[in-house]
Amino acid sequence: MSAEAPAVRPQVTQTTATHQRAGMPTPLLGMLLFIASEVMFFGGLFAAYFNSRAANQSDWGPPPSAPPLEILPIALPITIILVSSSFTMQFAVWAIRRGDTARMKFWIAITLLLGLTFLSGQLLDYTKLGFGIGDGIFGTTFYTLTGFHGAHVFAGTVGLTILLARGLQGQFSQRNHVAVEAISMYWHFVDVVWIALFTTLYFLR
Amino acid sequence: MATTTLTPQVGSYRRSWILEWLTTVDHKKIGIMYIVNSFLFFFLAGILALAVRSELAVPGLQFLDDATYNQAFTMHGTIMIFLFVVPVLAGFANYIVPLQIGAPDMAFPRINALSFWLLPLGGGLILSGYLFGGAAAEGWTGYTPLSSAYSPGPGTDLWLIGLLLVGTASILGSINFIATIFKMRAPGMTFFRMPIFVWTVLVTATLILLATPVLAAGLIALFIDRNYGGSFFEPATGGNPILWQHIFWFFGHPEVYIVILPAMGVVSEVLPTFSRKPLFGYRAFVFATIAIGLLSFSVWAHHMFTTGVVFLPFFSFMTALIAVPTGVKMFNWIATMYRGSISFTTAMLFAVGFLAMFLIGGISGVMMAEAPVDFHLQDTYFAVAHLHYVFFGGAVMGVFAATYYWFPKMFGRRLNEKLGKVHFWLMLIGFNVTFFPMHILGIQGMPRRIADYSPTAGWTVWNFISTIGAFTIAISILPFLLNVVATFINGERVGDDPWEGNTLEWATSSPPPPYNFDRLPPVRSERPVFDLRHRHDRERLLGEAAMAAVEEHS
Repeated sequence: MSAEAPAVRPQVTQTTATHQRAGMPTPLLGMLLFIASEVMFFGGLFAAYFNSRAANQSDWGPPPSAPPLEILPIALPITIILVSSSFTMQFAVWAIRRGDTARMKFWIAITLLLGLTFLSGQLLDYTKLGFGIGDGIFGTTFYTLTGFHGAHVFAGTVGLTILLARGLQGQFSQRNHVAVEAISMYWHFVDVVWIALFTTLYFLR
Repeated sequence: MATTTLTPQVGSYRRSWILEWLTTVDHKKIGIMYIVNSFLFFFLAGILALAVRSELAVPGLQFLDDATYNQAFTMHGTIMIFLFVVPVLAGFANYIVPLQIGAPDMAFPRINALSFWLLPLGGGLILSGYLFGGAAAEGWTGYTPLSSAYSPGPGTDLWLIGLLLVGTASILGSINFIATIFKMRAPGMTFFRMPIFVWTVLVTATLILLATPVLAAGLIALFIDRNYGGSFFEPATGGNPILWQHIFWFFGHPEVYIVILPAMGVVSEVLPTFSRKPLFGYRAFVFATIAIGLLSFSVWAHHMFTTGVVFLPFFSFMTALIAVPTGVKMFNWIATMYRGSISFTTAMLFAVGFLAMFLIGGISGVMMAEAPVDFHLQDTYFAVAHLHYVFFGGAVMGVFAATYYWFPKMFGRRLNEKLGKVHFWLMLIGFNVTFFPMHILGIQGMPRRIADYSPTAGWTVWNFISTIGAFTIAISILPFLLNVVATFINGERVGDDPWEGNTLEWATSSPPPPYNFDRLPPVRSERPVFDLRHRHDRERLLGEAAMAAVEEHS
């Protein structure tokens, strides 16, 4: 029919898979958007921190009864551990991009271990700080920010555990490993939040 | 068999009707559940509004005491905004956006179902305060210290948790919409061929994605203050109650555009269809939408002029600036109708009603953007009038326009036009009788959120008229409900494209199959179905032009 000339031939509905012809995979875009929302969430908490700090310039810090905030012996080591875990995570991503599933599993396991070490270190730190969430505005902001960051690290370790379990079942390959890419993005984000948090809490004084 | 068919065999496996709806990940079913759930909350919050208006009809406390009155207007505001206007438009977007871009579903169907199911859960938690010694009672804005030191009961905690869930639902939904619109468009559907409704949903989703997490941070901070001895908003231990207002309105003002932009999108679909013209200035409209989205993040402190801690000229200027892209849209809409072949269906009436009512709300908004005026009108009934002209006169008119416009697509039957027109005129009149007098009450100095007022204040007449209007709105819902029921029983079956629409949702059956499209028409403009309908006209015109050229040369 003339109405159905080749240039305007109606097309059969494409499946979801064929819609995503080029560019970023949809799950990865979803993760990026989720990270954008997380940036705004931590943005809100950081804004609350700086607002409170601006209103209490003379006496900002732990209450007088508690020891001063120190980066040693815990805060700096766990920072180094978390930053290293970003590198090990990236090694896992590079490994699976080459199709090296064994190395991927190895580096994910190392990352998971480092993440859990960070969380344990943070909990240990909490027991030694000498002040609580209810001891004035500094304590409130300190525990809220570090606590929510810790919760995000925990969520990351859950993700890593799932990756490891799926990896051990032989689920990932050079072509099909979007979950590894997505979790690694999230893990890097959590790491960046900690760097901002560590700098703000311990150095911007 | 030797023959193959292109129609996918999608008949889902047999299961009960209830289980099918409870477990569905089909964007159309989820969209309908969104809409039904939202309307249930709408009726509930409407009843609370009637309680508030009944109490205010004449001086003295007749029906409620101070505490129940405070709970009534708090629940009314919270539910109307978080559980009606936002989700009902998200529901229409859920149903319509994949169809309009020619996609088989949303990008993340299971997350889509999760976004929906969090809503009744969150709404139920918010309302469950009534079972535990009283619901939250500090207004939908939840200002500290009203919501901290002065609300010791569990109602406010339930309000906080409920809103967190509803906010999470919004964020997940927004991720889904953005991913869908970026990744699932049909071949040929470039960004500047997307229907305007899709554009407004895209900008709205971006606002939700960036604004709602900030509210979540604030809700959590308040929850920590209330339950774990935190000091965020507690001045005695170094906190700052004004911080809540900053956080709340940094979310709260984009929220206004989260509500109004999809309604503007609906109107921008309805007006061209019933004016038989393309939307005037498509690109200008798109850029105005983006501009509103960007500006909405720089105006939050206009809610805080009287706190004395914000830089008035900046926020006043930015607020007035938002009127510019909004004005552009007004001209788009009016120019679309100008010299059009207009048919006043119910959907069109609601769209035109939107224009007129939203214009009033916009103008009273610019009035209050001027700091000196705002100092007089802050927290008076003028603000109540303004916000209802924007939320109700704007967004809710858009919701009903969408309901009458897309009902035939969802169910294959058209809502009765006569009953629809009764609904529209009753609602429009009732709306203005309710809310226009509030401008006058506000200028006379009546504060909002009071349960009683003095008989000598001179506010009795306007309050009484306003209450009559509120009941008129309630009565206007009856022909609507009757219409929906009657249409399901015996409505007119109208085929796939009853309005001669322009966009892809009209290219499939009504209701569409689970996979949406057997075949897609080619997308060569922002009006693919119009192009499909008039493809022979185009060839005829081209042919005539060719003939004329031949004759000229001979």
